[in-house]
Amino acid sequence: MKRIISVILENEHGALARVVNMFAARGYNITSLTVSPIPNSEFSRMTIMSEGDPKIFEQIVKQLYKLIPVYKVIESDDFIEKEMAMVKFPLKEVKDNLADIDALARCYNGKISNVNDKSVVVSVVDRPNRIDNFLKAMQVKYKNLEVVRSGVSVIER
Amino acid sequence: MKMTGAQIVIESLIKENVEVVFGYPGGAIMNVYDEIYKQNSFKHILAKHEQGAVHMADGYARASGKVGVAMVTSGPGLTNAITGIATAYTDSIPMVIISGQVPTTAIGTDAFQEVDAVGVTRPITKHNFLVKDVKDLAYILKEAFYLAKSGRPGPVHVDIPKDVTIAKIKFEYPEKIELKTYKPTYKGNKRAIKRAVEAIKKAKRPVFYIGGGSVLSGAYGLIREIVKTTKIPAVETLMARGVLRYDCPYLMGMVGMHGSYAANMAMNDADLIISLGARFDDRVTGKIDEFAKNADIVHIDIDPSQIGKVVPTKYPIVGDVRMVLEDMLPFLLEEIDSSKYEDWKGVLNRYKELYPLSYKDSDEVIKPQWVIQKTGEIAPEDAIISTDVGQHQMWTAQFYPFTYPRQLLTSGGLGTMGFGFPAALGAKEGKKDKVVINFTGDGSIMMNIQEVLTGYKYKLPVINIILNNNYLGMVRQWQTMFYNDRLSETDLSDVQPDFVKLAESMGGIGYRVKTKDEFEKALKEAIDSKKVAFIDVQIDRREDVLPMVPPNSPLKNMLIFKDEK
Repeated sequence: MKRIISVILENEHGALARVVNMFAARGYNITSLTVSPIPNSEFSRMTIMSEGDPKIFEQIVKQLYKLIPVYKVIESDDFIEKEMAMVKFPLKEVKDNLADIDALARCYNGKISNVNDKSVVVSVVDRPNRIDNFLKAMQVKYKNLEVVRSGVSVIER
Repeated sequence: MKMTGAQIVIESLIKENVEVVFGYPGGAIMNVYDEIYKQNSFKHILAKHEQGAVHMADGYARASGKVGVAMVTSGPGLTNAITGIATAYTDSIPMVIISGQVPTTAIGTDAFQEVDAVGVTRPITKHNFLVKDVKDLAYILKEAFYLAKSGRPGPVHVDIPKDVTIAKIKFEYPEKIELKTYKPTYKGNKRAIKRAVEAIKKAKRPVFYIGGGSVLSGAYGLIREIVKTTKIPAVETLMARGVLRYDCPYLMGMVGMHGSYAANMAMNDADLIISLGARFDDRVTGKIDEFAKNADIVHIDIDPSQIGKVVPTKYPIVGDVRMVLEDMLPFLLEEIDSSKYEDWKGVLNRYKELYPLSYKDSDEVIKPQWVIQKTGEIAPEDAIISTDVGQHQMWTAQFYPFTYPRQLLTSGGLGTMGFGFPAALGAKEGKKDKVVINFTGDGSIMMNIQEVLTGYKYKLPVINIILNNNYLGMVRQWQTMFYNDRLSETDLSDVQPDFVKLAESMGGIGYRVKTKDEFEKALKEAIDSKKVAFIDVQIDRREDVLPMVPPNSPLKNMLIFKDEK
């Protein structure tokens, strides 16, 4: 079962390792992870997406609370989820379809971000499952794409 | 006045009223040791191995209730300390471990005696720190002591690079620590307490399930009062031995794999289990699907992550056992009709009579249980008892007449062989007036045998009673029961040390006994000798620890007797 949690924790060295270790110690993969400081505070916010047995996940959450630098663990099924993806196309592959690609990217809150003599880079921002769909469509149509995904960030509604 | 980091360490320990540091010097921690040399405020005990030092600090903490302090150097000093730290972590023992580290400029360069210390101790400490700047040092040390003893206690590790011990700054020790992210809950929620009291009132077959948290929170006085007035039967975990006196009529004994039949049946048949700082360990519950099928659970624990971890909990109360029971006490005294548990207690007493803890004594060979009972008769009632891990540990937990908490020092969670002797030395340092006895086996004692010298040097006369069956007995028992008696690497009879000479070579005194008379004489002499003593007791080689809940079986399916072959 897919789960997303947000962890608010002290912005100090080792804090990230403590959190990640809770997953590693139980043999759990982290699907995606984002961290950045919360403005005007001593805290950072992590968003972790993982999959696994709900019971073990519940235990992980309790153990996360127990970590000294952790301020809060937010579990919600009412998050707004966003993820960014960047896709690099070889120019020769797409040079006749730039308008199509740009139009499609706009449907996913994105656009062509950069073009040079070798490649075209498109960035999109959307919910993770919509990003999946966008990438699938691109991969069916074009070859030799390079994809970078940011991992999901969330905020409670 | 400015102080060096090393001086700040010393001053901070003094501010924390530390009486004794157990440790072992080395390159990275030398500046701190230089300051230890110059001061007279606390004692330093030099162990022979870092593991010994940490177990000593642990034993000191368990026996005294104070924070134990250990000090080691970087690299191998720290890695040698790991087993000791993990042992304390699993049993929630308050400790501060200070390690030296290579200079900050050398960290990450594979420097001599460098290891990623905070990386190694992260999963086995309550918290750990790498001090990167001397300006943080005093605060971190204060925080370390605060974390070690507050909430659910545990070991805290502070790693100090060598250049930080040289750097200078004005020493300012914080009065108090306030952490936004860490606020343990001590007082239980009033409504949750009321609901639990209602549940206890309604229960027909309630049982108190007393765990190590009852010892750590200092709740034993209250628990004794509550058990006496409500007449609700109680069971103890290994970590809680002594919370109730061994002769308390409401105590059904120890629960779990080698618990008493009555205690396990109390858990099995109960309709309400009131857990006081226990954590439903797998050695207690047996097969979890069959555990306490008819019981609701009241779970009092200061650590919210323990509640509901193993069993669904209908009445959770997060809080310190002592404070929660203080709030519960008036309700329990007023509202509980103690006469209504007579039938329930009658049932349990019948179990007790039917299958009491017992063994078949012999005139030909010494039985380990006899040794433990006899020691209980000879030693003063307040003697401190430590154990290593294995058969002797369980026999001690079963047969020693414990009279107060903190009397038994044992590695309950991690099960660390080699714990008992150094822990006993640490306990003796903390409680000089008490007789300290370590029950051990011929396997376990070899794991920290070097500490005889420490006992000799610092005049810490600990008595080691070696229940010697020439086997790694507990593994041998499992091999016999579950592996068709294939004794893979557990027979130690081919090479045994001469424990008498061994003790004597390091300033101790040794006895080898084969009869009951010899044992009684040796123990009395050992107590009077004021030396580290070994009493090598040749016991029945094939004695098993019984009764026993086989692994992954329900508690009610206990093996009570040995098949006579």
